[in-house]
Amino acid sequence: MMDIFDIYLLEAIVNGILLGGLLALLALGLNLIFGVIDVTWICYAELVMIGMYGMYYLVQVFGLPYYVAAPFTILLVAGLGALLHLLVIAPLLSAPPINQLLATGGVLFVLQSFASVAFGIDFRNLGIRMPVLKFADMHFSYSRLLAFGAALIGMLLVYFFMKRTYVGTAIRAISQDRQIMALMGVDTRRLYLITSALGGALAGLASCLLVLQYDIHPFVGLSFGPITFLICVLGGLGNFVGGFVAAFVFAVIISLGGLFSDLEWGYVLAFAFFIVMMFIKPAGLLARRS
Amino acid sequence: MTLRQLGPWIAGAALIALPFVHRDPYHLHILILILIWAFAYTSWSMMGRFGLVSLGHGGFMGVGAYVTALLWNHLGVSPWLGIPVAMAAAAVLAVIVAYPCFRFRITGHYFVLVTLALSGIVLQVITATRDYTGGSLGYTPDRTKGSQLLALQFDDKITWYMIALGVWALGLAIWRWVDGSMDRYALEAISEDEDAAAAAGVNVTWEKLKITVISALMTALAGALYCQYQMFISPDTVSGIAVSLQMVFAVIVGGLYVSLGPTVGAIITIMLAEVLRIGFGTKAVGWDNLVYGVLLVLFIIFLPKGILGSLAERLKARAGGATRGKSLKRGPAKI
Repeated sequence: MMDIFDIYLLEAIVNGILLGGLLALLALGLNLIFGVIDVTWICYAELVMIGMYGMYYLVQVFGLPYYVAAPFTILLVAGLGALLHLLVIAPLLSAPPINQLLATGGVLFVLQSFASVAFGIDFRNLGIRMPVLKFADMHFSYSRLLAFGAALIGMLLVYFFMKRTYVGTAIRAISQDRQIMALMGVDTRRLYLITSALGGALAGLASCLLVLQYDIHPFVGLSFGPITFLICVLGGLGNFVGGFVAAFVFAVIISLGGLFSDLEWGYVLAFAFFIVMMFIKPAGLLARRS
Repeated sequence: MTLRQLGPWIAGAALIALPFVHRDPYHLHILILILIWAFAYTSWSMMGRFGLVSLGHGGFMGVGAYVTALLWNHLGVSPWLGIPVAMAAAAVLAVIVAYPCFRFRITGHYFVLVTLALSGIVLQVITATRDYTGGSLGYTPDRTKGSQLLALQFDDKITWYMIALGVWALGLAIWRWVDGSMDRYALEAISEDEDAAAAAGVNVTWEKLKITVISALMTALAGALYCQYQMFISPDTVSGIAVSLQMVFAVIVGGLYVSLGPTVGAIITIMLAEVLRIGFGTKAVGWDNLVYGVLLVLFIIFLPKGILGSLAERLKARAGGATRGKSLKRGPAKI
């Protein structure tokens, strides 16, 4: 009896770590936008939702293979991110931050209702069934392994982009001092646009991976949006490493909660953990204060 | 007595007399909804006007509605007792989340995101406990077989109109009471500069916690009333991020720094939703929300002080500015 329990526990932990890769990817996109532009995209999970619909239509309706559809989806959501910046954030750059935040909340409404109007409220899925990997009595689906691997590669790519390229260096510099960089002759508008597109591309990558595990419907963003925000706050908004670590901690908690009860209770457990963490380590939360 | 002093009394008398003159049930239904939501929006603005932007109020409203309904259906507790219990539950939830936030200076974006997660979690809990709450299919309080008064269930729209009117007026009274209190100055100082306010002897954590609990109590009451009136609640209509955003938007549209701002916001947003719903008909579910969302984004970009706020500012500028300097002079909240 004890052995079986341990196997399940281990399985849950490993699945949690696999989920953590995805959550870390989501958190990275949000952190990037916040770190550079100082804006929180409340509608981030909804961009992912649109990307998931993009995947659905490319694969199911236009019959493209999954790996061909994925780059198109990433481009689509990257474009959406740039568009969001141009249409909504750019006119509000000098407005109080709260207005920027609420405007993206309005976009959340728009995207959700756009999805219900355009795609209907039925649940859809890709219809791709990935095989399940059996290892020492434990079961892991390939979709999760693929998601984990792709998320890690995506994050590595962003890391090298930030460290090795000129634009990446400029983006890191601008996140350190917004005023000075403009004086140094850096075109902040262009960098903001690139960052927004990059954040969108990360959301696009996440949607390609999430579509393998979740059914698609207009409100699917709600099932991982709030958790992403908690991760970003716990790791410190704009703190990439903090967000990365927090994502794995949360994912394991959610997975363990799901082992003992429903997945929803896993979220509740994660929230309770978050509140406790605020008492224990308030400094860790405020790694980068606004 | 000048016209300005008499105005509210005349308006109040007209509002009380209204259902006896005009009995159209549909119009009364819309009015009741406007009054209940105006009360909810007013309770949000209690915090919002001091720069405490909470997106967790959908959570408080959900707790208010569901605790009342669950107590009635499962334990047979009258809403007269259930509503205070639900309000207390929302207040406890508010303290659990807000105290660490305030104690450890979680402000600005951080506070918004934490409260946003709160309303998401309440929605998840309601969905997860579907054996009791009916999950996303919604929940209906049992029809009473005994006294209507005891069960707080009335078939009569006029009764509900009077209740909603009373609660709405109570909300305005609380708004005015806070507006005239010392706490208002403390909270305004906090919203300008927390450290400076603390140095000047303001108990920052306590002041913020007080207004948060008041706001949560009121929001839970609004949720319970909505549940008793509609006799049907679902996680999407009384809890979650969408409801929280709806509150913020309505207040922004109406005006954050004027007592009637949230009410104007409720009138505009509910009428708009209703017109769009009728205009698009049943065939196009979602179109109303789409137009609604676009309008809200446009509002925030072009009219951030809200309709009433901008109007009042323009009037003030025309009157020479110095006559009524009350709480209108500040711009949108800093965060």
